[in-house]
Amino acid sequence: MHLSGRFLPWVAAIAAITLVAGLFWGFFLTPDDYRQGSTVKIIYLHVPTALMAINGWFMMLVASLIWLIRRHHVSALVAKAAAPVGMTMTLIALATGAIWGEPMWGTWWAWDPRLTSFLILFLFYLGYQALWHAIDDPDTAADLTSVLCIVGSVFALLSRYAVLFWNQGLHQGASLSLDSQQHVDNVFWVPLVICMCGFGLAFLALVLVRTRTEIRSRRLQALLLRERMA
Amino acid sequence: MIAVLTRDLKLAIRSGGGFGLGLAFFLLIAVLTPLAVGAQSDLHARMAPGILWLGALLSCLLSLDRIFALDYEDGSLELLATSPVPMEGLVAMKSLAHWIVTGLPLTLLAPVLGIILALPAEGYFWLVVSLALGTPALSLIGAFGAALTVGLKRGGLLLSLLVLPLYVPTLIFGAEAVRAGTSGQPATTALMFLAAISAGSAALLPFASAYALRINLR
Repeated sequence: MHLSGRFLPWVAAIAAITLVAGLFWGFFLTPDDYRQGSTVKIIYLHVPTALMAINGWFMMLVASLIWLIRRHHVSALVAKAAAPVGMTMTLIALATGAIWGEPMWGTWWAWDPRLTSFLILFLFYLGYQALWHAIDDPDTAADLTSVLCIVGSVFALLSRYAVLFWNQGLHQGASLSLDSQQHVDNVFWVPLVICMCGFGLAFLALVLVRTRTEIRSRRLQALLLRERMA
Repeated sequence: MIAVLTRDLKLAIRSGGGFGLGLAFFLLIAVLTPLAVGAQSDLHARMAPGILWLGALLSCLLSLDRIFALDYEDGSLELLATSPVPMEGLVAMKSLAHWIVTGLPLTLLAPVLGIILALPAEGYFWLVVSLALGTPALSLIGAFGAALTVGLKRGGLLLSLLVLPLYVPTLIFGAEAVRAGTSGQPATTALMFLAAISAGSAALLPFASAYALRINLR
């Protein structure tokens, strides 16, 4: 709590700086694509949020495992705090993708494997949060949501490959993987990486704030209980 | 464990309700969809695999909360938990009972509904095989969802929100197998995936469900 309190303003500040710098660079200082025009610039929102949407779930999975194995209370709260942030990232990725897809593919939505699996990921986030809200006892809720998160991860991964089997896609392949021979030009690559760092840090800052809020509300409840006992 | 199985089967059949209700719901979906999308039978023929799989999914969902809820309310779940039978075996037997009561009759009824949906003749075999391979996974995944929500007062809606995303892979492979089989393409890959999901769920999910049940009984 003490440590996170000291780190939080720094993380938030660096996140803000990198986000502003990356987005400004991406939006105003990069050339337009010769075929897609300026619509290509939505990539600076779309790719980082999509990245964080998946990493957010992964973070919840790790936190859930830590909770189930080590019973560390903060990790359960981190998992709880990460869920709404990750869900928002998923929504932003879906929305920016739709906005880009309308002029480029001529459609807001297509039942493409990537799009479909993101929608399914959104549903998983939804169910996870609904379970947190439905259970009153915090420890029971933490236990049950952790189990759901683990089982859900397996099925989310399974769904990802099942939809590949189900339909061939419209979405382009990954153009940023580290090992591929061919990827986007450095003019686009550098601001994109800055944006990804910015969104990563912003995610971290939001999760920290939310976790601290959760911890405080737990303490408050404990205090109230003690008052009532006395 | 066998005693648990026979007890659940007897309860399901004698108490009425759950047993026939799922089947009636399945029938209703197969009747209502053509009314909703229009009377062209070529359209029905193309949609039949999807409709039948979706119907199986939803009518399975309908009876999920009965797996543990009744036993939880009258306290017999706690008695079962203290019995020498391991909780995992208990969950597996309850899933099996649920499958015998819902999945198996659904599989047997599906070809009849295929007729009213104008499913082409090549499709029937694949429909029955895919449902037979896939519905065990539906019961097992559903038992997991029921175990998570057993302590909740109004868990029904939440249960469907939790379970339906988990049903996605089963639905995709199941409907895909029937579609491929109907149009004469090889369907074995999808069937193998379907069987793998069922087998994997049978092996692993009872542990997760039993863990969730223990938490809820704490």
